[in-house]
Amino acid sequence: MRFGVVRFPGSNCDADCYYAIRDVLGEDVGYVWHRDTDLRGYDCIVLPGGFSYGDYLRTGAIARFSPVMDAVSEFAAKGGLVLGICNGFQILLESGLLPGAMLRNDSLEFRCMYVNLRVDNDSTPFTCLMEKGEVLRIPIAHGEGNYYADESTLAELVHEGRVLFTYCEPDGTATGRANPNGSAMNVAGICNGNGNVAGMMPHPERSCEAILGSADGLRVFRSAVAWLGGGA
Amino acid sequence: MTYIGRVTVTLKRTVMDPQGSAVKSGLASMGYAGVREVRVGKYLEISLEAPTAQEAASRIDEMCRRLLANPVIEEYSFEVEEAEADSDGRPPEVGEP
Repeated sequence: MRFGVVRFPGSNCDADCYYAIRDVLGEDVGYVWHRDTDLRGYDCIVLPGGFSYGDYLRTGAIARFSPVMDAVSEFAAKGGLVLGICNGFQILLESGLLPGAMLRNDSLEFRCMYVNLRVDNDSTPFTCLMEKGEVLRIPIAHGEGNYYADESTLAELVHEGRVLFTYCEPDGTATGRANPNGSAMNVAGICNGNGNVAGMMPHPERSCEAILGSADGLRVFRSAVAWLGGGA
Repeated sequence: MTYIGRVTVTLKRTVMDPQGSAVKSGLASMGYAGVREVRVGKYLEISLEAPTAQEAASRIDEMCRRLLANPVIEEYSFEVEEAEADSDGRPPEVGEP
C-alpha cells in the first residue's frame, strides 16, 4: 500500500507523517508537491498539519485552490482514502470535501496538549482497528480547531455515524472541561458520507511510538492499511 | 477603468465570536460602559480593472463567494468605486477621497 503526503508551502507536519508511515508503520510513502496533479499509484493521501499559505485569510482557504486539491477531490470521488490532519482537516472543510468550518478556539489560546478521544464509529477506513467507545490519547496543537456546523449538519453527522472522534474525559464522557477548543458536540474528527475522506484535529502522526507518550495514533494509519487489505 | 472594491467580512450573527468577546471585555475593563457587543471582522481593499462598475461589482461578489468569505460561518458586504484618475486621465486632487 502506498501513502502520499501532500506538501503545501507552510506544511510542517509532513516529515512527521512520512516518518510515521515509513519508519513506524513500515509502509510505502511518497511526498506529493502541492502543484502535482497526478495521484496515480497512491492508495491513501494524507494532508498534513501546518500553516499552509501562512493560514492567511482563513486556515486552509488558499491551500484549497492549490492544483493538487482538484486531484485530491477526484481521487476522493473515486473512493481513494484521504486523511486530513489539523491544517489538513481545515483544508478539507474549506474545499467542501467535509462539512462545516473552523473558528478560533473559544479560549483564544493555541492549545498544544494531549487529549482524550472517544471513538464513535469503528467501521470506517481510519478507525476499523478500534472499538467503538474506547478512549485514545493523541495530542492536539492548534489555534483554530473550534468545529462549527449548523444544527442540521450536526444532526446529520450524528445520525449517519460520521463523527469519528469526540473530545472526552478519560472515561469517555464528553464534557465541557474535556473540550479543548469549544467544538460543537466536542467533535474532534469526522468523515464524509462514504467514509473514505476523514478529518481530525488531533495529530496521530505525533503519537505513533510509546516513547513519544502514546502509540494510539498509529492505529489510525494501521486501520487504513487493514481497510485496504494490507492486514496490518 | 480601475475600480476599488472595499470588502467587509464578518462572522454570521449566529456564530460565536470569541475575539469580539475578548475585545468587549477589554473595553469594559478600560472603563467604557455600555458596550453591548463587539464583532471582529476583516476588511479587504481590492483594486481591479473592469469595463464597468457593474462588472467590477459582479467579479468582487464572485471573489467573496469563492474565497474571501466562507459562507458556512461568514457574511460579507462591499462597495465599489472608481479609483484614482478620472475618465480623462486627470489625477485625483490631494485630499480627494
